[in-house]
Amino acid sequence: MKILVSIKQVPARDSQLRLDAGGRWIQENDLAFEINEPDAYALEEALQLKEKHGGEVVALCAGPARASQTIREALAKGADRAIHIEEENLAGFDTLGVASLLAKAADTEKPDLILTGLQSDDLGYGQTGVVMAELLGLPHGTIIMAVEKIDSGIRVKRELEDGWFQNVEMPLPAVLTIQSGINKLRYATLMGIKKAKTKEVKRLTAAELGVTPSPTASIERIYLPQRTKQTQLMEGSPKEAAAKLVEKLRFEARVI
Amino acid sequence: MSGVLVVMQQSGNGWHRMSWETLAAGQQLAAQTGQKVYAAIPGHNVAQLAGELARKKMDRVHALDHELLGSYTADAFTAALEQLIRKHSPSVVLFPHTYQVRDFAPKLATRFRQVLVSDSVGFRVDAGAPVFVRQLFQGKLNVDVKLGGAEPHFVSIQAGAFRADQVEDGTAPVETFAPELKADAIRAKPGEPFRESARAVDLTSADIIVSVGRGIKEKDNIPIVEQLAKALGGELAASRPICDSGWLPMERQVGSSGQTVSPKMYLAVGISGAIQHLVGMKGAKTIVAINKDANAPIFEVADYGIVGDLFEVVPALVEEVKKAKS
Repeated sequence: MKILVSIKQVPARDSQLRLDAGGRWIQENDLAFEINEPDAYALEEALQLKEKHGGEVVALCAGPARASQTIREALAKGADRAIHIEEENLAGFDTLGVASLLAKAADTEKPDLILTGLQSDDLGYGQTGVVMAELLGLPHGTIIMAVEKIDSGIRVKRELEDGWFQNVEMPLPAVLTIQSGINKLRYATLMGIKKAKTKEVKRLTAAELGVTPSPTASIERIYLPQRTKQTQLMEGSPKEAAAKLVEKLRFEARVI
Repeated sequence: MSGVLVVMQQSGNGWHRMSWETLAAGQQLAAQTGQKVYAAIPGHNVAQLAGELARKKMDRVHALDHELLGSYTADAFTAALEQLIRKHSPSVVLFPHTYQVRDFAPKLATRFRQVLVSDSVGFRVDAGAPVFVRQLFQGKLNVDVKLGGAEPHFVSIQAGAFRADQVEDGTAPVETFAPELKADAIRAKPGEPFRESARAVDLTSADIIVSVGRGIKEKDNIPIVEQLAKALGGELAASRPICDSGWLPMERQVGSSGQTVSPKMYLAVGISGAIQHLVGMKGAKTIVAINKDANAPIFEVADYGIVGDLFEVVPALVEEVKKAKS
């Protein structure tokens, strides 16, 4: 099975975010970046499918030059090769634009299966995979918790709300968006890190793919959310703060 | 070329509750932009549901009825709604941001070369045009999103962003629309929904819930929070990543994919408060948060909070609770 995994590089989870001077994005210069967490699960699922059924795993990433770090990590974990759509101004593309870039690059590879995370931890639109599927004319499944190869294609376990699930069968090729927790993530081995340096990374640009930015939905302003509740914060040492909190919970909220 | 179309969603034999919240949003958006408001209910044998919609304030109900819409597939729902939208050309199409909508609405928007402005928490009207508010970085920042490109625009509304009890009553005619659908164009074969196992833990009946998140760092630290739950006489719960890692069973998960709870007190330890978690617990009467990051979104819904290291704060809190109870 030839599997393409679409991954994104996002600011590290614990980052302290500061707005940029224009108020349209965040300051990126002092941030650390990492693989989008659901995409890490998608990569792991691809590697496990390859181990079971053979084939090839190709990592696909659209992002600026710094994304090459995330691509190297994917190669170190076991992806066979990678495609980097190198674009410094990805903000100029909306979700449809980014999905068009990814779909164009995917189309030349003709994979059996395309996997990606169900959403990104930064923008959180949660639709890149579905849009790619539509652009490529492929069936898709979202929020997937298990993937099984069957004679007619694949059977996937789709997560529904409130603890419900559903099995869905579909033909290949197909696009799946993977939910966090579907598997157990592996670490890159020393050998993997060494090998990664020799693996192929194909570089493409938006111009080469023939996609120009034409944003439909655009960010007008970015800002800190207004609090709906005024939180009473307990100050002091841990012991003092704990004592104050218990006092409040006993006599004000009356829950103890 | 105008009007706000609200796409409602069934759940079982009734309504998905977020449908009403989205209808409230649609009525308000239509009123503030001087447009008509319509609702569509896709499904099979939806006459009764359409009849319920006809008693709400709107200009028309579209009963989108076809045998192939009986059980959900992205292919059938996209094709049916595409036909309805091309026929009536609304300016905005609103959806509840449910798992089902996440599965097909981006596909539908792509057919119109548009992007779904997903998981919106509100809107304002700027010079006659709506600007929608979304959350970024798991709720740490907000953005105002301006809709561009050719109409229609597609927007989905976050759970709890609008109030279902604000839907205005009225009367509306029902128009049945039978889309042209072909069985062989539906590629996915969906099975019956199922639950993994009977839930041994019913968090929904607990008065006090102590919930633990990523801040706990490793499985061996869970007992620290468990002791607090014990001292308070509450149930232990967790955010998704904890259950994903297998540190606590899935049945203790609170959030959009787990249980939705509204206890007397919800105490969140080391939980930053991603929206998927907040929708499962923000109905709690009293919310307490302990987190090292003062900017964590959990503090937006917390009544009481301690900004600090949970490994120091929680043991101190256990002692104080025991003292108070003795």
